[in-house]
Amino acid sequence: MTMKQTLAWGLATAGLVLASGLAFAAGQYGPGATDTEIKIGNTEAYSGPASAYGAIGKAETAYFNMINEQGGINGRKINFISRDDGYSPPKTVEVVRKLVEEDQVLFIFNPLGTPPNTAIQGYLNDNKVPQLFVATGADKWNDPKHFPWTMGYQPSYRIEARIYGRYILKNLPNAKIAVLYQNDDFGKDYLIGLREGLGDKADKLIIATQTYETTDPTVDSQIVSLQGSGADVLLTAAIPKFAAQAIRKVYDIGWKPTHFMTNVSSSVGAVFKPAGPEKGIGIISAAYGKDPTDPQWKDAPDFKEWLAWMKKYNASGNIADANNVYGYGVSYLLVQVLKACGDNLTRENVMKQAANIHGLTGPMALPGITISTSPTDYAPIKQMQLEKFDGNTWQLFGEVISGGSGS
Amino acid sequence: MNESATAVGTDAPTAGRYAGLSVGAWRWIGALALIVLAVVLPFGLSKYHVFELTLVMIYAIAVLGLNILTGYNGQISLGHGAFFAAGAYTAAILMHYYGVPYWATVPPAALICFVLGVLFGLPALRFEGPYLALVTLAMALAMPQLLKYFDNWTGGQQGINLIKPLPPAGLGIDRDRWLYLVVLAVLLVAMRIAANMLHGRTGRALVAIRDHPIAAAAMGIHTARYKTLAFGTSTLFTGVAGALAAIVVGYVSPEGYSLFLSISFLVGSAVGGIATIGGAIVGGLFIQFVPNLANDISDAAPGAVYGLAMLLFMYAMPRGVVGSFGPWIARSMRQIAQHRAGFRSK
Repeated sequence: MTMKQTLAWGLATAGLVLASGLAFAAGQYGPGATDTEIKIGNTEAYSGPASAYGAIGKAETAYFNMINEQGGINGRKINFISRDDGYSPPKTVEVVRKLVEEDQVLFIFNPLGTPPNTAIQGYLNDNKVPQLFVATGADKWNDPKHFPWTMGYQPSYRIEARIYGRYILKNLPNAKIAVLYQNDDFGKDYLIGLREGLGDKADKLIIATQTYETTDPTVDSQIVSLQGSGADVLLTAAIPKFAAQAIRKVYDIGWKPTHFMTNVSSSVGAVFKPAGPEKGIGIISAAYGKDPTDPQWKDAPDFKEWLAWMKKYNASGNIADANNVYGYGVSYLLVQVLKACGDNLTRENVMKQAANIHGLTGPMALPGITISTSPTDYAPIKQMQLEKFDGNTWQLFGEVISGGSGS
Repeated sequence: MNESATAVGTDAPTAGRYAGLSVGAWRWIGALALIVLAVVLPFGLSKYHVFELTLVMIYAIAVLGLNILTGYNGQISLGHGAFFAAGAYTAAILMHYYGVPYWATVPPAALICFVLGVLFGLPALRFEGPYLALVTLAMALAMPQLLKYFDNWTGGQQGINLIKPLPPAGLGIDRDRWLYLVVLAVLLVAMRIAANMLHGRTGRALVAIRDHPIAAAAMGIHTARYKTLAFGTSTLFTGVAGALAAIVVGYVSPEGYSLFLSISFLVGSAVGGIATIGGAIVGGLFIQFVPNLANDISDAAPGAVYGLAMLLFMYAMPRGVVGSFGPWIARSMRQIAQHRAGFRSK
């Protein structure tokens, strides 16, 4: 062997060792993960029409600050990069590309909004980047067959409506149901879910539907026409402004249906107070998280922990804002997933662990509500409990009902 | 590429010669060098930066459209985001429902937006200045809700997801760089068309109407026809930009075309130089990068930083970047040329 050949062989061997070393490391770590850090990307509406949800991103940042102060996850600090997309889908595409290609995050966590998430779903799935626990109520995120890298989080509108349907079927079998819904995907999901919950009785029980546009001044005429149908059950799938109008009108015309109200408009401050709290007595809604303004939780250990965290890490946040509960809960879930990943922080393993949660109880969840996923079930929270408005606050009643499909 | 309105005058080529070539020839060489640079540039950048620059050029086309209307013809529009959306949805619907290839969606988008612009321009003839601004503002406000209303076509709030176009096989270049080159080609054509139109008889008519409508009419300029033409051409450009944006982003939904987009175009137009062609590129850069920079500087108050940047630009360069620098560069070039010519004759 000549000198030259020896050198070539030596170099080749060295290259091979180096390459195998790299390959070994790549097996352990995906982009954005190292021995000391896990880089996570997020998009949030800090500006624009949906900026009220910006509180979620701030709560998540505050939660990860707490985790980092406590030593991180398996010794790794979380580097949480949360960027503003102003709820504009083209901006979301740009921001997410920056997070994935420039910042090299391990995955995208809890991006906000149905349109922004729809805009990035193709890109993230094409590039095999997890789009984990998206912050939207649409039903389409539970589709592991077509989008194995996208996973939902909260109960979808359809799941909620199925729960109402199942409750009606069991407790009000002869109901004559009227539905008032917003004429878009949000409203239509409630109608679909309700029909699914009622099963083959749906056509018989639903006797009237009315829609409104968000540009309509009021829903008064719709309410009057629904009353005229002779219905004794009303489901209102409306955003807060129109929900308040509906509550007031139903009361003012002396109609007394069993009134189901979407969880979207269950805020006492934003809906029931403007409508007149006495007009909303008896209205039924559904919940999965603890309302921070509800006095019945004030001694619960998880509420006390949440309050202490709010004061120490999220002092600028509003204690009455349920978004702070939301951000806290979803961040907790992510930390559990990352703990389960151990030292194998690849995108594949993050997705695998996220799809392998069995009966986890999250903080600030209602008693009995658990989080479960599987490789064929990408909807972590599927249960809710019904609640009734008593003129001041919501009173939970009955048992936790599952709104999962098929059950 | 950076020809400004004043730099292109009929007297320019006679001003002098450098190294045996006329100023006109040098300008061609300069433009060619810039184009070559623009073509080569994406191969030295990461895919994300290429994507960003593609967006810059798309915004530049939209701003160029607005410049024709607002800069040259003096009609203020706060509603160009609506035409951008119309172009985007035309492309999206053709691609999604009819399987039209992406490149073939741009001409229909141009045509539809031209017709829309002319139709909108007819009633707009009755309005001037702030009143027209209000009418166009109404358009920008109405558009997102109209898009939600016709959800059989637009996909409502969920929007339409588009399959990203593939680069031609055998070229060996990736999607981002290919789309960059496509958009660059459209931008160059758009600038060429705008230059031809604005530096000729039509451009002079538009400027005359802007500066003194009564005098312009007295001189025999058909005011109504030119104003409508300006509106149609302007929305055509903006609609083309919208179609390209839909193709490049791969998704359309009503939230993407809010009032803020329309205002961004006006800001970009003013910052770049309102009655210039090259200013559109500066405007595109501003629209793309300044909000991001503002976000990096301050998480808490990006709006304040953005506003401050706008104020600084407008105070320092009231006629926009190109509007302020362009004439200065042209004057310096002429002085050098004259100086050299004088030197040679001695």
